[in-house]
Amino acid sequence: MRIETKKKESKRSLKGKNHKLAQVEEQLKVLSGGDFADGSLPTFKDKIEEMGEYPLRPTNIEIMQVNLGYMCNLVCKHCHVDAGPDRREIMGREYMQIILDIMEKTDIHTLDLTGGAPEMNPDFRWFVTEAKKVGVKDIIVRSNLTIILANKKYYDLPEFFAENNVHVISSLPYYNKAKTDRQRGEGVFSDSIKALKMLNAVGYGMPDSGLKLDLVYNPSGAFLPGNQEQLQADFKRELKRLFDIEFHELFTITNLPISRFLDYLIASENYDDYMETLVQAFNPTAAMNVMCRNTISVDYDGYMYDCDFNQMLAMKVAAPKSQHIKDFDMEALNRRPIFIHQHCYGCTAGAGSSCQGAVT
Amino acid sequence: MSKPYYKEEDLKKFKDIADFEPELAEKFFGWYGKVFEEGALTAREKAIIALAVSHAIQCPYCIDAYTKDTLKMGVSEAQMMEAVHVAGAIRGGASLVHGVQMMNKVKKLSM
Repeated sequence: MRIETKKKESKRSLKGKNHKLAQVEEQLKVLSGGDFADGSLPTFKDKIEEMGEYPLRPTNIEIMQVNLGYMCNLVCKHCHVDAGPDRREIMGREYMQIILDIMEKTDIHTLDLTGGAPEMNPDFRWFVTEAKKVGVKDIIVRSNLTIILANKKYYDLPEFFAENNVHVISSLPYYNKAKTDRQRGEGVFSDSIKALKMLNAVGYGMPDSGLKLDLVYNPSGAFLPGNQEQLQADFKRELKRLFDIEFHELFTITNLPISRFLDYLIASENYDDYMETLVQAFNPTAAMNVMCRNTISVDYDGYMYDCDFNQMLAMKVAAPKSQHIKDFDMEALNRRPIFIHQHCYGCTAGAGSSCQGAVT
Repeated sequence: MSKPYYKEEDLKKFKDIADFEPELAEKFFGWYGKVFEEGALTAREKAIIALAVSHAIQCPYCIDAYTKDTLKMGVSEAQMMEAVHVAGAIRGGASLVHGVQMMNKVKKLSM
């Protein structure tokens, strides 16, 4: 007997549905309210003040994470970008050129391309090729894998990545279909496996291969990720055993309580417990290693943020004269205070969380 | 609606048992923490054992806690359910094996 009734999956973003949580003010209201409003839980600012580190400041910008647009072929339930096929925000070549100029002039060594599905940006390949030409050391693409099979025009992406020595980082929440598809949509697991095989076939993720293929694990629900090394060992063993798939590293990422994951937490009545779990797991060492200290996030419109999460919360960098890439000023950005709010607890829980996984 | 006998939020108050008797509580929590550390068994293996035992002793608090722990550690749903079956099999077996006791008694009492 199967008790579970299958709900039809929505292919629309919160924005497309005119959902109130598509509005930043609503999200911030939730994050400021409840246990944080009545003082039963300390705010993130309280914690950083307690450590004597308020305001939190950058160490040095080393990574430029560029969001090429919010359009995506998937509508994952936990997506903090609220990405989907109905999102039209997309970066044009003009801003990509400015970013290339910045990369050339500064010692920022990593260009981290994200979205949405960054590959859906029509200038994606141009951008990657030019970035290689100007000598960017590490070009990362955060690929959802399924995009490679979504349309004929993407079938050769593995070869394109290989030609440009792009570092591929892909989401795979679990090594089985049920958990993956519940989070990312029906059919995503089998397409992800096919795409991983295509990447392996051109050398990605193979032992001793210089073509880096890393996976991202994020919990498929209202719980924190476990130990990164142990999960990596599980993923390596099971993906090899079940599908003969190889990859390099597994990064564990905590789901942050914003956008669609916030919606899920509230709808499933897990929000209060989840926030309490995050606060209890606060780790001061992780707080000192948060990614906003060495990363700058750029949106499709050229504005800069402390991280991709702050981008989604429309909190532009607190460097009034250098908020847009046209006015990029490394010194001003390195001096800025970082915007924090309760969602930041997601990056400081347990072993910490960043786009490169655990931070301790 | 009737009041539930077990309340989810009571699990968070577990440490409060120290209010009535601090010394023993401190010893218990120290021992408890040590038991679940990595050792000859991994923390993951211990969490799976704890999940099975939670079902054998039918402790709702323990079931909540170790479901969360095993999920976090990446234990699959099938593995979690197999652990529950182990608990069930031991419980069922423990009843059935006493059938031998019954049979012994029957044989002793019968001609």
